[in-house]
Amino acid sequence: MAILSGAEIFVESLYCEDVEVVFGYPGGAVLPIYDILYDAEFEHIMPHHEQGGIHAADGYARSTGKVGVCIATSGPGGTNLVTGLATAYMDSVPVIAFTGQVPRAMLGTDAFQEADITGITTPITKHNYLVQDVKDLPRIIKEAFHIAKTGRPGPVLIDIPKDVLTDKTEFSYPKEVNLPGYKPNYDGHPCQIKEAARDINNAKKPLIYAGGGVIISGASNELRQLAKGATIPVTTTLTGLGSFDERDELGLGMLGMHGTTEANLAISNADLIIAIGARFDDRVTGKLEKFAPNAKVIHIDIDPAEVGKRVNVDVPIVGDVKRILVKLNKVVEKNNREAWLNQIKEWKLLDSKQEESREDKKLSAKPIIEEIFNLTNGEALITTEVGQHQMWAAQFYKYTKPRSFMTSGGLGTMGYGFPASIGVQVGNKDSAVFALAGDGSFQMNIQEFATIAKNKIPVNIVILNNQYLGMVRQWQEMFYDKRYSSTCLRKREECPPDCSSPSSNCPEMIPDFVKVAEGYGIKAVRVTEVEEVRPALEEAINSSEPFLIDCIIEEEENVFPMVPPGGSLDKMILKGDQS
Amino acid sequence: MRHTVSVLVANEAGVLARIASLFSRRGFNIDSLSVSKTERDDISRITLVVEGDNKVLEQLTKQLNKLIVVHKTSNLTNDPIVGRDLALIKVTSTQNTRSEIMQIVDIFRGKIVDVASNSIMVEVTGDEDKINAIEKLLEPFGIKELVRTGKVAMVRGQK
Ligand SMILES: Cc1ncc(C[n+]2csc(CCOP(=O)(O)OP(=O)(O)O)c2C)c(N)n1
Ligand SMILES: [Mg+2]
Repeated sequence: MAILSGAEIFVESLYCEDVEVVFGYPGGAVLPIYDILYDAEFEHIMPHHEQGGIHAADGYARSTGKVGVCIATSGPGGTNLVTGLATAYMDSVPVIAFTGQVPRAMLGTDAFQEADITGITTPITKHNYLVQDVKDLPRIIKEAFHIAKTGRPGPVLIDIPKDVLTDKTEFSYPKEVNLPGYKPNYDGHPCQIKEAARDINNAKKPLIYAGGGVIISGASNELRQLAKGATIPVTTTLTGLGSFDERDELGLGMLGMHGTTEANLAISNADLIIAIGARFDDRVTGKLEKFAPNAKVIHIDIDPAEVGKRVNVDVPIVGDVKRILVKLNKVVEKNNREAWLNQIKEWKLLDSKQEESREDKKLSAKPIIEEIFNLTNGEALITTEVGQHQMWAAQFYKYTKPRSFMTSGGLGTMGYGFPASIGVQVGNKDSAVFALAGDGSFQMNIQEFATIAKNKIPVNIVILNNQYLGMVRQWQEMFYDKRYSSTCLRKREECPPDCSSPSSNCPEMIPDFVKVAEGYGIKAVRVTEVEEVRPALEEAINSSEPFLIDCIIEEEENVFPMVPPGGSLDKMILKGDQS
Repeated sequence: MRHTVSVLVANEAGVLARIASLFSRRGFNIDSLSVSKTERDDISRITLVVEGDNKVLEQLTKQLNKLIVVHKTSNLTNDPIVGRDLALIKVTSTQNTRSEIMQIVDIFRGKIVDVASNSIMVEVTGDEDKINAIEKLLEPFGIKELVRTGKVAMVRGQK
């Protein structure tokens, strides 16, 4: 057996886990690792902020289903990972973060660049480790990968003191893990599955509510089989988009606060909700007492703690979505449910009328997003930031396959999408990747321009530039008397203090994104008219380099339908209602 | 309602911090918590007394079970258990009151573990009610100091 240093063990263990790429940022405490990485065989991409690194690892993981790996140094390197860990934790993304730590003898002394990163990240990781002995390192790395990707996936952090990285020991990578406190239940109780089938067979107005768990479990085909076989319409959550082909007549799109009319009305009128890999988030349910008031609830999820957490469940099934759906599909009967389908078709018409009434002369998000779909035949991989553009990306692109839409659903992290797109592109070298960004969010990790420029990562950045923190402005318009406090991105010192809407006198927005991109050597165009959209997108898609399109869109457009916070899903505000 | 929950955890650094962090983050109301060794070196036992309805308790157990360091969680509330607290009580005493105090301690099968010129230290074990009762009886003499462990519990018989 070879005698290796901790840093060498780190690299060897990643080989054993078939890691293809690591997103890492160096520093004093991880110098021993970086010395070995100099010759390592996997790809190493240096972001320009550790937050960018972990979001990239997250985007890689979401889009490929593999574990994303990132590295940061001790202290500020570790604390810069916090938002990324919380983002991955909320959306159940398998990410492993390695952090350097001060040498063991200095732990707890407030040494230079010491931070209690395991303490800080305990509530936002699935598990974390402080490595106390180099002999434990292979076991810990093995366990971390196992924990991150099995059961309900999630981020794991491994904090390694610098002297553990230089200490030496015999290296052998364990074949098995021994974790008596970690035994996810995969199979689901057979009686519960039978009961669920009985309820589905008896239901007149059943509805599938599919979440990110369907994608994580790789169960899209099984979901489709269930829906098509028994004619059950499907609505998906934000993170569940792509789990069901939205072009199908049974596809209702997203539900919840900015869900489609038909999805929200279907929930409110259903007699059976089949929740699959979803967690009844408050943005989904609206007012809990009014959520699916007439429905029995079947809940399939791998995390027992999600079952019964927010709503009472009639038939709980704890286990892996795919395995359970395979069994369920064997006992669910064919059914064509004509009346229910006709009702849904009527509701769909309501929604499409809504959309026809959008006749803005100004450029808006819808034609841009639809054009991306058309030009890529729906094969694009989309990431978003957080805000109105995120909701429009959810509403106007038709998701047809899993792992094609990467967005921070649970935490709602502005600054996620652009760095995530880097990881998506690295994991899917031949795909067209689009980072749909808001003008506000984009500036939260704008430094990653350097990463895509230097590594020639050909992501297409499309900024839906409304010159506002649009989603917050929308709430101010609707609920705070149009007092646009700190949401106008053009506002400068010379502006009047009480401005509540934009005009032709407004100053230029800072920055000029095209110029910033050019400063990084990235090709960029600004688009202000609908006719310019297609050529710009074509140029972006055809170029094998990173490309930025700054789309100046209507400033005060709102996202509709909208269920006001705390409202019930059948009480949506529609576009026409706004006055 | 009050529940007694027994949690078997890995005996390793940081376990208590993980559990405390979970309780504070999810707003569980813990009345008492005691950590102790078990018959196995690699496992410790945490006994919790927690306030809440069944729904709260269900979430608490499920969330605890999600921690990798937690091996097993059992709700002992409806099981036949022996549950014990231990209390040390320093009571003001004078020539006149000393024997009366000793009588009370005797009835509760407590022990006098220290005697000073103006105080007596009493040790008493038992379930919560018993300790509350003796505390009440000793109060009129003047309790100078009181310390109590959290509850520890074990299921009777086979289980
Ligand atoms: C890190 C972070 N800070 C603040 C917020 C609150 N927030 C949600 S949406 C939003 C506005 C985003 O503006 P922009 O990126 O321009 O998107 P738009 O809504 O205009 O499309 C803000 C500030 C957040 N989600 N994340
Ligand atoms: Mg904006």
